[in-house]
Amino acid sequence: MDFSPLHEASTQPVLLVNGRIIDPANGIDQTGDILIENAVIKAIGPNLQVDPQVELQRIDLQGKWVVPGLIDMHVHLREPGDEYKETVASGTKAAAAGGFTAVAAMPNTKPVNDNQAVTTLLLSKAVEGYARVYPVGAISQGSSGDNLAEYGEMQAAGVVAVTDDGLPVLDGQLMRRALEYASNYKLLVISHSEELSLSRHGAMNEGSISTRMGLIGIPRVAEEIMVYRDLALARYTGSAVHIAHVSTRESVSLIRRAKEQGCRVTAETAPHYFTLTEEAIGSYDAKAKMNPPLRTADDLVAIKEGLVDGTLDAIATDHAPHSELEKDVEFDLAANGIIGLETAVPLALAMVREGLFAPARLVELLSVNPARILGVAGGSLAVGAVADVTVIDPERSFRYDLEQVVSKSRNSPFLGWDLIGKAVLTMVNGKVTYTDI
Amino acid sequence: MSVMETEYRFTHKHILGIEDLSAEDIDYILRAAESFKEISQRPIKKVPTLRGKTVINLFFEPSTRTRLSFEVAAKRLSADTFNVAASSSSTTKGETLVDTARNLEAMNPDIIIIRHSRSGSPRLLANHIDASVLNAGDGVHEHPSQALLDMMTVREKKGELAGLKIAIIGDIAHSRVAHSNILGFAKMGAQVAVSGPATLIPAGVAEMGATVCESVEEAVADADVVMALRIQKERQRDPLIPSLREYAKFFGITARTLAGAKDDALVMHPGPINRGVEMDPAIADGPRSVILEQVTNGVAVRMALLYLILGGE
Ligand SMILES: [Zn+2]
Repeated sequence: MDFSPLHEASTQPVLLVNGRIIDPANGIDQTGDILIENAVIKAIGPNLQVDPQVELQRIDLQGKWVVPGLIDMHVHLREPGDEYKETVASGTKAAAAGGFTAVAAMPNTKPVNDNQAVTTLLLSKAVEGYARVYPVGAISQGSSGDNLAEYGEMQAAGVVAVTDDGLPVLDGQLMRRALEYASNYKLLVISHSEELSLSRHGAMNEGSISTRMGLIGIPRVAEEIMVYRDLALARYTGSAVHIAHVSTRESVSLIRRAKEQGCRVTAETAPHYFTLTEEAIGSYDAKAKMNPPLRTADDLVAIKEGLVDGTLDAIATDHAPHSELEKDVEFDLAANGIIGLETAVPLALAMVREGLFAPARLVELLSVNPARILGVAGGSLAVGAVADVTVIDPERSFRYDLEQVVSKSRNSPFLGWDLIGKAVLTMVNGKVTYTDI
Repeated sequence: MSVMETEYRFTHKHILGIEDLSAEDIDYILRAAESFKEISQRPIKKVPTLRGKTVINLFFEPSTRTRLSFEVAAKRLSADTFNVAASSSSTTKGETLVDTARNLEAMNPDIIIIRHSRSGSPRLLANHIDASVLNAGDGVHEHPSQALLDMMTVREKKGELAGLKIAIIGDIAHSRVAHSNILGFAKMGAQVAVSGPATLIPAGVAEMGATVCESVEEAVADADVVMALRIQKERQRDPLIPSLREYAKFFGITARTLAGAKDDALVMHPGPINRGVEMDPAIADGPRSVILEQVTNGVAVRMALLYLILGGE
């Protein structure tokens, strides 16, 4: 695996030859070439003729997929504050290795990204990273759930959405005001849906396994009640809401019905919710502990149905790095969260191999829709579009082991898994930041 | 059957829960415990079986009864025992359980007996040390030695466990004893019925092998054993029950509740009892009560576990 940070990467023109170009935003799924020059897509089509005088890098992509750059709309980069877990540099490097050209950075850093100074700091770090960083600001000051943060100033500094992710907004009135106030700026509000009075102290999904293991359970209703509340508030205020990390069947049903009723809602789920169930916790393995928790096989099926029928718009990893200090402890003391940037593509590809949907749908879930929901560039390979491009080898198999991990943290339940399908080239703004062809 | 018996080997390095044991394992442990019980009745209650072995009692929760029972068991087998009283709160900051494990490991113990307030701690310990780990109660997960001594007591009185009806009444949700007993009695072919306030009946307990009864009477009907669990006073604040007074009135074991059980039904309690709350004192001290025999058998079961884990001949 070769990496080049954005500020060092070559700006030489690149010709991607003979790949399968999958660009659902423009209705394209065909073999062809793409010429990238000056950070934009210059030309696209079969057998592109290029001026032989122009010095360019030619990359043969026979058998590989060329798709608009993948965007992970839910990532915890941990900087500032917890740099021992992840930094903007290490996190975006893991993103590039996973095929992501951009990540949305959640605001639960130390300090919380609830003002333009933190946003500006984050963006200044991103210059030396390997992927774009879209900062997400806090809904409330300090994410404490009391007063609104300064959305206008944060947006001017570069914030693309607001959320108190990691913590739910418990106060219904504050959530309502956030939805109303964000609409002035056309800023998306992202809901971490959790009724804390039902989930507090919980360590895993509530059911026979939590009882057998003697762990306090987190019932599904803790999520569903808040999903319902925020859908109701979005409908009432007319504002847009995005539901993060959907994990239960009933949440999918609620979102499906709200969409049918014309509510302005979008939603994401994470690869672990369509790959693993609570059984993955095995014998108190904290690498399978996250919030919301892994659920049951029935929920997993419903999540897949939601991805197929369009109820769920995006796959986002909720990449949440933690060190051994937070994970190698008693299960109920262990921190929530797993890293996910490097395993999202193969795990999502498994659904394509299963025949659930075509590759184009995968590109919608990982690129087109996240760009549209966040209102950022990308999601398209049209001529003139920004040159954020990902190349995927759908057949490449690899073992995701410790040596393979690019993130600074190693808290993945997929360690040791044999995976099929891998991002093999990531291009951000016309610069190749990662290759493994 | 005799072929099975000759081929059977006890192969467990750790005892983390009844969940990991087969019916055959349980039977083997109980038979070993029955033979060790005899030692405790001798004038000189000591055998050299585990001489030179080191047993550490690592108790993160205060427990005089269980710790003493393990200590007596280890000493009767001539093992060297050391008691480490640690506090769970001190390990959440500063030294972690894993650090503690590594420190103890440096002293080359043969077995660590752990009591901890967090479910799964014995597994975490076992993941980090070479010594055997014996779970003396972890959070609301399991308390395997307690369930084994309960099964031993019932088997002594009833001959067989298969086919018996065991009623367990009270705070099933927060009782590691209940969890281990449900798993254990069910594995041995008994029928387990549980009842209590619905707020204290955990999700999915039926999948562990118990039948959930809405009324105590239904659970106790025709039971061979009635086991009451300790109700913790804090549960009133949780809020899980309104008051101990109301609990005693509707869920406490009295002569009236017991009338529905078999005439020779045994009354059990893992102790310590809140007299007059989960059980009428007249019942706890009455002729059907085997509560003190439970204590005696506790030593025998723990001797058997130490002996089997340490591979005694
Ligand atoms: Zn969240």
